[in-house]
Amino acid sequence: MTEILADLNYWVTIFLLMGGLYIIVAHGNMVKKLVGLSIFQTSVYLLFISPGKVLGGTAPIIAPGFELYSNPLPHVLILTAIVVGVATIALGLALVVRIHEAYGTIEDDEVQEMEAD
Amino acid sequence: MVVVVIGIIRAHNLFAVVILGGAYSFLLATVLVVLDAVDVAMTEAAVGAGMSTVLLLAVLHLTRTREAPLRHAPAIPLLVCLLTGSALVYATVDLPPFGLADNPQNQHVAPYYLENAEKETKSPNVVTAVLASYRGYDTLGEVTVIFTAGIGVLILLSRRRRRRRDLIVKDEGGSKHDA
Repeated sequence: MTEILADLNYWVTIFLLMGGLYIIVAHGNMVKKLVGLSIFQTSVYLLFISPGKVLGGTAPIIAPGFELYSNPLPHVLILTAIVVGVATIALGLALVVRIHEAYGTIEDDEVQEMEAD
Repeated sequence: MVVVVIGIIRAHNLFAVVILGGAYSFLLATVLVVLDAVDVAMTEAAVGAGMSTVLLLAVLHLTRTREAPLRHAPAIPLLVCLLTGSALVYATVDLPPFGLADNPQNQHVAPYYLENAEKETKSPNVVTAVLASYRGYDTLGEVTVIFTAGIGVLILLSRRRRRRRDLIVKDEGGSKHDA
């Protein structure tokens, strides 16, 4: 039983990854696609942070009275990733606004039809 | 979080999608606090739940707020996601157990940082020390990325403003002509 629970964090991460991927692939609305992309990104944060947790440890801020700390390295990498993620989303949203101006829609099926005409 | 993601997949009102996205970010921040990543949790709550939500709402204001229904049955995407997901679940069998201090990923450079960061950088927060000092070039690259993204957004949106100004000028010219 503990072995099954030990992988639970990975399974939740995988479900979130696949949920984000599904939204990106299956939905045609571009704003929803971007929300899916951000879910995909945030689940990667979870994938990085959760192996760095040490049971019984504490946040990696050195203080007297604590001996065991969680791994600080994934935290650093993910701090960078969060900021890069929001930059991606902002650029994507700017593109959505431009597409809405040029085509009057934010559904990619409709845009493709207009291109075909 | 799982429930919220299912809600996001099913909702067709984009306002609901965006607000659920904000709720998702806050839940993620809570989970990150539990996983001892306090700095990351703070950033996620501010950037993910705050800034992204505001940006998305601004875009919804400029565009439309309802999603068109799906045109074809999403069988192939669903199949692809299930296959990939089950492959990943299979891969978790080989991963080291959760939360042990002698797992390989916790034995590489992390002990060095934990032992020497305070001595070498005078910062008790190891995350700050690594971010600004040991991996400073990463942070420089990150700043470059934000800068580039900012320039991209400005270029995309400034073209739009210029066109609107042209339209206004044209309208004014037209009305004068009429008069």
